[in-house]
Amino acid sequence: MAGTAVRGRLTWQVAAVDAVTDETASVRTIQLSVPDWAGHQAGQHLDVRLTADDGYRAERSYSIASAPGEPVAITVERLTDGEVSPYLTRELRPGDELEIRGPIGGYFVWPGNDGTAPLLLVAGGSGVVPLRSMLRHRRNSGSTVPVRLLYSARSLPDVIYHAELDQPSRGVEIIYTLTRIQPPGWTGHAGRVDATLLAEAAWSPAEAPVAYVCGPTPFVETAAAGLVALGYPAQRVKTERFGGAEPS
Amino acid sequence: MDLTDALDGNAIGGLLYEIFDAEMTTAVGICAACGAAGQLAEGVVYLRAPGTILRCRNCGAVLLAVVRHRELNCVDLQGLAALEAH
Repeated sequence: MAGTAVRGRLTWQVAAVDAVTDETASVRTIQLSVPDWAGHQAGQHLDVRLTADDGYRAERSYSIASAPGEPVAITVERLTDGEVSPYLTRELRPGDELEIRGPIGGYFVWPGNDGTAPLLLVAGGSGVVPLRSMLRHRRNSGSTVPVRLLYSARSLPDVIYHAELDQPSRGVEIIYTLTRIQPPGWTGHAGRVDATLLAEAAWSPAEAPVAYVCGPTPFVETAAAGLVALGYPAQRVKTERFGGAEPS
Repeated sequence: MDLTDALDGNAIGGLLYEIFDAEMTTAVGICAACGAAGQLAEGVVYLRAPGTILRCRNCGAVLLAVVRHRELNCVDLQGLAALEAH
């Protein structure tokens, strides 16, 4: 029933596009102005709904890229045969309107006050988006929790938020692995995330870390199983899988 | 997106909220087939089956099926022995 929305309910609303930023050749961040936003947690999503002239609707769920308290932003990867992402990454301009609902989700969320347990973030491709919200939330809230981000990307130009991630930040280690193309003189890792790389990059289970793994489904299955094999309790390995991405 | 892409329950947080009017990815469901308990976020999700399907990560049984017709969601919960939101 239009007009009777109660605060706290999840209802579609119209957001305005405030800014768009190209992160890579195929990835764009869209900053939104949402009139009735209840605030979000790091790791939550929002749904986007596009309606065609003939009434056909397509909905997609995107991770929120900004930290709690920051303007709402999503980072979208363009999928070659996508129904929604080509519009969001190519057509959408500041001033345009977008139907959204959110925030959504409570499982893949970093509340931000996890004592001193170290944080392990493992990203495949655009799986880095919700983890970037967590990194920013850690920074903004003055948290001193030690954090490592293990980030798998196809090549250096495919690294999303590259400049931001390379800013030195106390207690934060960024570990890249490039799966397809490594630039000359590359001293980081090469190849996919596997048991060997996890053993090297992950905190010891003895430090009682909490892990958040996000990426394409096969990436998440491999990384999460690898962490459990290292001795991480399954309930301390939070996972989020997405589809449609090019293999990373 | 490939038809066979298996996602997880995080992907249907909005749809579940729409149906139950509550945050449900952290709700714990008990599989009617094998008895495994798990948060809905941990289930295996197929968005492009005929409808949306949530399967038990332990045994693969269908826990929940949703088919949308116009603005109406038809929800089949027979695969859940219990469902508890927090």
